[in-house]
This record gives sequence, C-alpha cells and structure tokens, in this order.
Amino acid sequence: MSDLANLSITDAASGLRAGEFTSVDLLDAVTERAAVTEAHLHAYLTLDKDGARLAAEEADASLARGVDLGPLHGIPIALKDNMCTLGLETTAGSQILTGWKPPYDGTAVARLRSSGAVITGKTNLDEFAMGSSTENSAYGESRNPWDTDRVPGGSSGGSAVTTAVGSSFGSFGSDTGGSIRQPAALCGIVGMKPTYGIVSRYGLIAFASSLDQIGPFARSVADSATLLGAIAGWDRFDATSINAPVPNFAGSLDAGVVGLKIGIVTELIGEGIDPQIIAATRATADKLADAGAEIIEVSMPSTEYALSAYYLIAPAECSANLARFDGVRYGHRSSVEGTTEDMMAHSRAEGFGPEVIRRILLGTYALSAGYYDAFYGQAQKVRTLVRRDFASAYETLDVLISPTTPTTAFPIGDKTADPIAMYYSDVCTIPSNLAGDPAISVPVGLDEGGLPIGFQIMAPSLGEEVMYRVAAEVERLVDFTARPALATSEVTAP
Amino acid sequence: MLQGDRQGHAVRYHRVMPVEIDIVKVAQLARIALSDDELDMYSSQLADILEHAERVQALPTEGVEPTSHPLPMVNAFRPDEVGECLEPESFLSEAPDTHDGRFRVPRILG
Repeated sequence: MSDLANLSITDAASGLRAGEFTSVDLLDAVTERAAVTEAHLHAYLTLDKDGARLAAEEADASLARGVDLGPLHGIPIALKDNMCTLGLETTAGSQILTGWKPPYDGTAVARLRSSGAVITGKTNLDEFAMGSSTENSAYGESRNPWDTDRVPGGSSGGSAVTTAVGSSFGSFGSDTGGSIRQPAALCGIVGMKPTYGIVSRYGLIAFASSLDQIGPFARSVADSATLLGAIAGWDRFDATSINAPVPNFAGSLDAGVVGLKIGIVTELIGEGIDPQIIAATRATADKLADAGAEIIEVSMPSTEYALSAYYLIAPAECSANLARFDGVRYGHRSSVEGTTEDMMAHSRAEGFGPEVIRRILLGTYALSAGYYDAFYGQAQKVRTLVRRDFASAYETLDVLISPTTPTTAFPIGDKTADPIAMYYSDVCTIPSNLAGDPAISVPVGLDEGGLPIGFQIMAPSLGEEVMYRVAAEVERLVDFTARPALATSEVTAP
Repeated sequence: MLQGDRQGHAVRYHRVMPVEIDIVKVAQLARIALSDDELDMYSSQLADILEHAERVQALPTEGVEPTSHPLPMVNAFRPDEVGECLEPESFLSEAPDTHDGRFRVPRILG
C-alpha cells in the first residue's frame, strides 16, 4: 500500500477513476508514511486525521455517484500552517497563536475543498513565514529528508518535506522572498510562486502584503500546474487579486523550447553561488540549447541590490501587518498587570520569537520619522529598478533562468546566529517577489554530498504558461528521479 | 530637489549608523516590552542589518518613482450590498476575554 504514497497526482487521479484504489487508500498511504517519517522530520504541526478521513470518504462517495470535481478530487494535500482553516488550529508557527482556530477558510483553502482535495493537515514553517530554514518555528525545526542533520529550507519547509517523502501528494506554501522555491530546491521537488494577484491572499496570515503569494509544491511540473489551477483566479475578498482570465498553466507542457529565447542572469551565476550549483545551472542551460532554445547571458545589475531592498520592504510591511497581534481579539494575552497598552506590549514580547521581533523592530525603524526616505523610500525606488531590469529583459527574452539557491541544504544551526547569512539564502529568489512575477524551481541534480540542486525559471507577469513550458522541458531533459531514502517504505520509525 | 534630498539623507544615514538607533523608542513604537539585555542585542543586530541595507543607498535613483506594489491598481470597488457575515460567537469564542458580546481589555488609562 505504501507505494501509493509516491504516485504523481496525475497517476493517482487516473487510478482513482479506474477503480484501482480509493481516496481512503491514498489517505491511508500518506498517513502510514507520515507515521514513519514524522519522527525523523517533523514536517506536520497538525495532522487532521478525522477531518481528512471524512473528506476522503466523501470524495469516494461522490465519485461513486458520478460527481467528478476534477484532478484533485480525492487527493491528499497538505497546507502550510499560515493558511486559515475553519475550526482547525492555525498557528503560523508562533506561540502567539497557539490553539487559535480560525472562524473561516481562506479562499485558497475553500477552493481546494470544493475541488475535492483531502486536506491532511497543517505543516511547519518559520514563525509567520519569516526565515529560510524552519528553524524559527516556535514548535521546533523540520529536517531535510535527504540528510536529517540539515535544514529543509523555509519558510514553507514542512510543506516541502511532506511532498518530498510522500506524506502528502502535493502541498501549498507561501512565498514572500523565496519561501516556496528555496525549500523546494533544498528538498528536490518542484516549487512555484505565481504572478502576484493570481491567487487570493484572503485567509493567508499576512507577512508582507505586496510580496506574499500562495503557491504549490509538487513532485512533477504537471502536478504543480494542476495544483495552481485549483486555487487561482479573482476573489472578491482580496482587493489585490487580478480580475482577469487565469492563464492556461498546463497548456504548453509538451510544446518544447524550440525557438524560445532564454536569458541566464549573469549576477546570479557568479560570486557567492556554490560552484557545483553554477555548473548544474550551466549544464541545464546547455541541454535547453541542445533542445532548440537560444540561451543568452543577460546582466540584471539591480539584482545585486534586491536583497538589501527586500530586507527593508518586507520588515516594513511586516511591522504594520503584525500590529494586529495585540492580545485583544485572538491569540496570546499576557497576565502581566497594567493598562491595555502594557498588556499589548507584554503579550507581543511573550508571544513573538526573536526573528519576528527583529523584523518588526527593523521595519518600525525603517518607517519611523526621519528615516523613512533613506530606507523604505529608497528601497521602493530600488524595487522600481528591479522591475525595469526585468521589463527590459523580457522585451527580447521569453524567460530568465538562474540557480534557485546559492547553496544546497545547510546544517541545522549553521546560520541561526547570523541573520544576514540566513537572509542571503534568498538572493536568487527575491527579485521575482519584488517584481511580482512568476518563478519556479525544478530539481536538476545532486551535489557531491547527495543534496538536491534547484534550477529557477522566471517569467514575466502572467507568464505561467511559458514558465511551465520551459520547466516541463527541463524536467524531461534532466530526468531527475532520485528520491530520499525516507520516501521509501524501507525506512522505519526510530 | 531629489538630488539634494538623497545626498542629505545619505549624510544623515552615515552619521546615525551604527550608534544612533534609539532602540527604546523603536520598541515602544512597536509595542514590544523588552528587557535591557534584549534591547542591547536587537540594537546591535539591527545595526548590522542596516549596514548591509546601506547598499540600497549606492544606487542612483534620481527621478525614479517608488514602487509600493506590483500591480497598477488604485481602488477596487464593489457594490455596497448586504452580504453574509461571520456569526459573532465564531470569533468571540477565540478571544482572550469577552464580555456581553464584546472584546474585553484591561483599563485603558494608567
């Protein structure tokens, strides 16, 4: 039964319809896998066994009645624990929300339910999605399935791990500066951040509202397109969602790359990037060239400044967004005696972890009188320059490529004492967030230590179709089939 | 004008870094009650991060409009119609303290 847990969503969906197995069988398979892997990896914060069982039984019953809700019908899917789920504890990885049960489903969650997906539970993350390793979770770190002494990446590390080992068939995270693509790269799976505004943020606990997007983790490019298709589209509950037709994400998966012009970003294949990763990126680019694409090296000077701009813009937005956690309407309230203001200040000090406090303070400083123009204002102008660089590149190029990360998975504890070193993990992914453009990470190999290497494809706004087209070709050309030992049924609980 | 502003801020920026972060004021503005040791730690970490952020000062941005958001949208209006709302009990039950259908807080004035 446990081999079922490694099926692609495409194969699971056809097997369900052919009567080879049921949604309950699929759920049992991922639950059995989780029973073994969780002790090693700690990917889930909450496993909703009862709710998932009911949903799987309902999915089987409705399929038997001839009601087919589409490709996710009956498929077990995991959600990052910053996505609000009605009545199911949602913590954002923070002590300040321990025990909080949202009174509503976020839009992406509601759409998944209405497409028949079976929600397995909620996955671990860096507190409020602030981090690149899941080490900032108030509930303990998750571990990389390829080497449990190493981080799975973050902030959506738990979701990435579930999909990598088969304790879900696919999962969702949120990406503010790389929080889907970076853990996907470090765990050897496909992770993508959609165009800003394609997916509603309603019910996603906000970190930096002009950057946050929900997106999928998958074991194949086709699965990724399927998962995105289920949640994308305008939503009246998110004023920043785009009111336009959703691109056909999977429309060109088999189209190949003949005639496409692909730019490789000079600044992201040089200093600061692991030479093995640069070599893998260039080798993949060569394969795309052999397959008929034209590869052109392109300089994007502003990408060198994007990281610095991001670490002013994201904290500034976070300092405003996290003002709502004040011990009044939800979450932790301090028992320290005093006025309401004292209660708020102590509730926040007790409830937030160090990285969240660091970013709130940084953002508060960057927005405060006398410093606004020099920091936040200047960072916003740099954001314009980043967007101009992308716009200029896309005048002649179809997509851009780069590594996803500067290193493969690093040891747990390696960067926790050095925030700036941790921030550098997102150097390749942040530019797409500042631009609001889609980008995807596809695994292209293992380094000498047997750790996965991610390859990033960036596309212009609403360019998901060409992004997926190139990603599918990379997947075919590279044929990355390695899986971590923890994804196989040979491994047992410790 | 822009040139003058930019240079002016750059000069001030170098002068305030890294010693003049008024961390007590920043923590007050952020409504986070921190101990003296914590204030010292965050002050020093903020200085390091801001030193890195200094890079954004190096780019010439004369005449560059700031981008606050990736989408060129202004206001998203919808019809002013009565719709479905959450039942008050659904969220009041998650609050730390309530009274008579309202959120209850400690005294406001010290």
